[in-house]
Amino acid sequence: MEQNILEIKNLSKLFGPNTEQGVRLLEQGYNKERLAKEKGITVGVNQMSLSVNKGEIFVIMGLSGSGKSTLVRMLNRLIEPTSGEILLHGKDLLKMNKAQLREVRRKHITMVFQKFALFPHRTVLQNVEYGLEIQKVNKEERKQKAMQALELVGLKGWENKYPDQLSGGMQQRVGLARALANDPEILLMDEAFSALDPLIRRDMQDELIELQEKMKKTIIFITHDLDEALRLGDRIALMKDGALVQLGTPEEMLTQPANGYVERFIEDVDLSKVITASRVMRRPETVTLDRGPRVALQLMRERGISNLFVIDRGKRLLGVITAEDAAKALKAGQGLQDILITDGPKVSQDTLLGDLFEVTSSAKVPLAVVEDDGKLLGVIVRGAVLGALAGGLSDEVSDLEVKEHE
Amino acid sequence: MNNIPKIPIEAWVDRLVDWMDTTFGGFFDSLSTIIEFIVNLFSNLFLLPHPLLFIAILSVLAFLIGRWPLTLFTAIGFLLIDNLGYWTETMNTLGLVITSGLISILFGIPIGIWSAYSKATHRIVFPLLDFMQTMPAFVYLLPAVTFFSLGVVPGVIASVIFAIPPTIRLTTLGIQQVSGELAEAADAFGSTSWQKLFKVELPLAMPTMMTGVNQTIMLSLSMVVIASMIGAQGIGATVYRAVTQLKIGQGFEAGLAVVILAIVLDRFTQGLFKTKKRGD
Repeated sequence: MEQNILEIKNLSKLFGPNTEQGVRLLEQGYNKERLAKEKGITVGVNQMSLSVNKGEIFVIMGLSGSGKSTLVRMLNRLIEPTSGEILLHGKDLLKMNKAQLREVRRKHITMVFQKFALFPHRTVLQNVEYGLEIQKVNKEERKQKAMQALELVGLKGWENKYPDQLSGGMQQRVGLARALANDPEILLMDEAFSALDPLIRRDMQDELIELQEKMKKTIIFITHDLDEALRLGDRIALMKDGALVQLGTPEEMLTQPANGYVERFIEDVDLSKVITASRVMRRPETVTLDRGPRVALQLMRERGISNLFVIDRGKRLLGVITAEDAAKALKAGQGLQDILITDGPKVSQDTLLGDLFEVTSSAKVPLAVVEDDGKLLGVIVRGAVLGALAGGLSDEVSDLEVKEHE
Repeated sequence: MNNIPKIPIEAWVDRLVDWMDTTFGGFFDSLSTIIEFIVNLFSNLFLLPHPLLFIAILSVLAFLIGRWPLTLFTAIGFLLIDNLGYWTETMNTLGLVITSGLISILFGIPIGIWSAYSKATHRIVFPLLDFMQTMPAFVYLLPAVTFFSLGVVPGVIASVIFAIPPTIRLTTLGIQQVSGELAEAADAFGSTSWQKLFKVELPLAMPTMMTGVNQTIMLSLSMVVIASMIGAQGIGATVYRAVTQLKIGQGFEAGLAVVILAIVLDRFTQGLFKTKKRGD
């Protein structure tokens, strides 16, 4: 479904003498340290391969010196790669001549910089117009497009100010507007929010997510901040020493860390803000409405549980029944519809753990996870939420919680 | 040590100068004609209106550039020069200074840009600039006279050699000072090299470059007395004559005229670039 827009294959950047020989040695299995010691070659990026899907926010994360900034600068050839391929819609950027590369930079890939890199001698509007101006777009059109971009980032009315008259957050909005004015397919954001103070940073992250809903650009976002990566990223690539350590969704990174390095990296993460309902939900025990209380009680006894979800033939959730009510109904000769609790708590599978906790702690019956059309997906018991928060997400832990629930 | 014969640098230089004179004589002649034409053009232009009219024009310019203080200083200063009777000489000097200033800018800025872009050029040009600035000015008056004979032209050439370094140096510095991230931003949006130079680097380097241009004009003014020794007419010649004839009073008057001219030129060039920057 998702088509990949940008793909890199075996991309390397080496610094120092005789870098081509260095690439061959890397391929032969030399590691970074050996290459530095024996040949005096520094490896910036080491044979990276990955592909970015259209419309996603792809986060490249790593500590300083991990090669992430070098990598992103190779994507528009601000830094010339030593070897490898960069395929934009299948066309290799490295085989392009200067004019073709300029076209790519003008129409397809634009960039937002860490320290904003606004031109101080130009007004906000002139800054945003820059990309169009150098393409010789006529004045009215470029003004119109620039104003649109400024409006999008909420800076209408500031167009005649100079960058130094704006706060940091506003300056970076200008940076963003400048990158958007060209209507690129891909936006490279190099530590774009790192220079901002934490509160402004949060706001900018929220706004970026909101903007992305409207624009559906492909965004490649570089950061050293795990929280930022988890908030923004549809997928995250974690880099270390110029190489890819792990690539996956935020949840995959947290729940299945590829190795000790990733584990240490994610150690301090507040899981409640990352893990979603779909991760902690279990298979629901269900019964259809046409069965009687006797069947329901039997099912509960067999499974060792105290309540059941009632669904229709389309697996849509109708409500929940408890064992206690079922027993009473059996005596009174009532049907399941008479004891059905229809106002039980429901959440979507994207609900964050932190929000689940509140719901489960106040609810009498287990939490149902449903799709938008009402189809039942799973059940969340309180113990599972606590267990996940405590960091244990393995299956054994989930099983333990079932017993606890009994 | 005494076994080593004297290295004949003197003979080499003499021979080189002779060879250049015979080989490029024609070229030097036409260059001489052009420079002389420009100097005369400016001098005559400045001498064309009545001194009072020219002072009025300058005062208006001064007001536009530096408001009242500069206006008053310019008007009173130039009226004094006229009153003392050095008007023609001062205008001749102004013509010479403007000409050498323009030539310095015309060559200095492109050389400065080139040095900023090319390490090799930088490595050749900058030591040469040190050489030009430290070599006593009198020394290169000699070859200037050899190639261009006496008069105003060798004066202009000597002034340019002496005065061009700040323009080159500060142009290079100004461009190198443009932050890497801004240059990167210009590239990232697909600028051609020329677009990057003219839309980003030069505008940002402008204040630094203009300091260089200001220095260049000041230095070429400081050469007027020396230039007068090889026959350049103007206020410098008056100073020189006064010194050789021990006319202290006249020397002071002429010196005063140079100082007034220097201050006005300095404030004009500084102020001009500041207003220009604001207008951008």
